[in-house]
Amino acid sequence: MSSFLSASIGRKVFMSVTGLFLILFLSLHLTLNLFLIFDDSGNLFNQAAHFMETNPMIRIMEPLLALGFIIHIIWAAVLTYNNMKARPQKYESGDQLLSWWAPSKNMFILGSMILAFLVLHIFNFWVKLKITGDPLLDYPAGSNVEMLNTYNLVSNLFINYPIYDLIYVIAGLLVGLHISHGFWSAFQTIGLNNINWMKRLKCLANIIGIIFAIGFAAIPIYFLLKF
Amino acid sequence: MADKILSKIHVKVWRQNNPKSKGKFETYTIENISQGNSFLEMMDILNDQLIREGKDPVAFDHDCREGICGSCSLYINGHAHGPDSQVTTCQLHMRKFHEGQTITVEPWRVGAFPVIKDVMVDRSAFEKIQQAGGFISVNTGGAPDGNTILISQLDAEEAMDAATCIGCGACAATCKNSSAMLFLAAKVSHFAKLPQGQVEAKTRAKSMYAKMDELGFGACSNTGACELACPKSISITHIARLNREYLKA
Ligand code: HEM
Ligand code: SF4
Ligand code: FES
Repeated sequence: MSSFLSASIGRKVFMSVTGLFLILFLSLHLTLNLFLIFDDSGNLFNQAAHFMETNPMIRIMEPLLALGFIIHIIWAAVLTYNNMKARPQKYESGDQLLSWWAPSKNMFILGSMILAFLVLHIFNFWVKLKITGDPLLDYPAGSNVEMLNTYNLVSNLFINYPIYDLIYVIAGLLVGLHISHGFWSAFQTIGLNNINWMKRLKCLANIIGIIFAIGFAAIPIYFLLKF
Repeated sequence: MADKILSKIHVKVWRQNNPKSKGKFETYTIENISQGNSFLEMMDILNDQLIREGKDPVAFDHDCREGICGSCSLYINGHAHGPDSQVTTCQLHMRKFHEGQTITVEPWRVGAFPVIKDVMVDRSAFEKIQQAGGFISVNTGGAPDGNTILISQLDAEEAMDAATCIGCGACAATCKNSSAMLFLAAKVSHFAKLPQGQVEAKTRAKSMYAKMDELGFGACSNTGACELACPKSISITHIARLNREYLKA
């Protein structure tokens, strides 16, 4: 096992498994977030947030998710460092084969920007929900169970702070780009790929990337335009 | 049709006296190069000119000059083996260049392939990977009848495709991580697809992998650049098979 962990392929398998797990999480996250724009009363989204808050399965998954992120990020840093070390001297004429913006060439940069966003994102919502509380979170009127008005917190940010709208739209695009390579790359890394599946997986990766980018970007844009 | 003559081109080439020295680029101007010349013939003409001027000729690797030995390792204008696809440097022609162009010629920049002199690198790291597992230890005897062991057409084709790897190193030279994965995958696939390769199947991928890491090649980010740079168009699907073989073992 220790040789597996120290081998470059072993690390990549961890990257790939954690990456796929993160994609799974993001799918759920996006689905629930879209409730934000399908019910302007906020009731649907508050119900969903309440469900996430109280469901024991989800409570178990939360630390696992944090662990997934941590493993993914640490191995990303180690791998990228070793990969850079493998080419001590750069080419004067550069790389003219792949375009400079190709996601596959920029996974660490994309990932680092996602990480920076993630920190901000946690401060925007998670910290207020879990630790500090916020007057905006006061229980919504007329609901029969006690639940936080998460909708209020989110919509307030997106309606009143256009700079956050911009940041959240960009973050959506970054995640989309990261996944447009990451998704098929993860299958390739664990050996689940061949000539026929290569095309399908790459196509699927682009579709998922586009859905994530548009889906996440749509939410702040909706609040900006609607209110 | 007669080939066009390039009345003047400039070659900006890496000069380095020995593995330890620092090295730098020098630019030389060459006149009257036919576009029908191969790139290496152009390099010969450059060296002839340098020798006449009493200068040290540029050391570059070459042998077969027909795309099968894999030694002509030059990185030209941002492309391993130059701007043409599916060819080695020796198969590249001056038709791909234009009048007055400055052509940048660099050695493979791979930590595990140290520069010996100028644009000539030491690719013996690939041999070490090959020695770590790229062999079979069963005695296959003399040339057997083609039908004694039946192999599906598809398997035979894939094994043959993988076997076309000439070990040129363009994959590692192009990869942003200097990873030798495509080379490794070609070698592992070649054996994994044939019955003769099964005896060591459990250990082959693992030991070749370990050797690659040990020699300081990077990991695979699946950028696919290697496949595009490979003169033999070896597919990165072989890398998926390599990973599968590794995880099975
Ligand atoms: C929302 C979060 C994220 C998701 C869904 C995600 C997903 C993925 C997936 C599926 C892969 C492909 C794994 C493989 O090639 O085997 C990947 C690769 C990668 N990720 Fe992430 N990732 C996320 C966040 C991050 C973060 C925060 C970083 C931090 C720096 C990061 C850095 C990387 C790097 C460097 C690679 C490429 C590794 C390589 O192949 O060399 N990712 N990611
Ligand atoms: S895989 Fe292709 S590029 Fe790499 S060494 Fe073999 S022939 Fe050269
Ligand atoms: S000199 Fe043999 S492949 Fe180019």
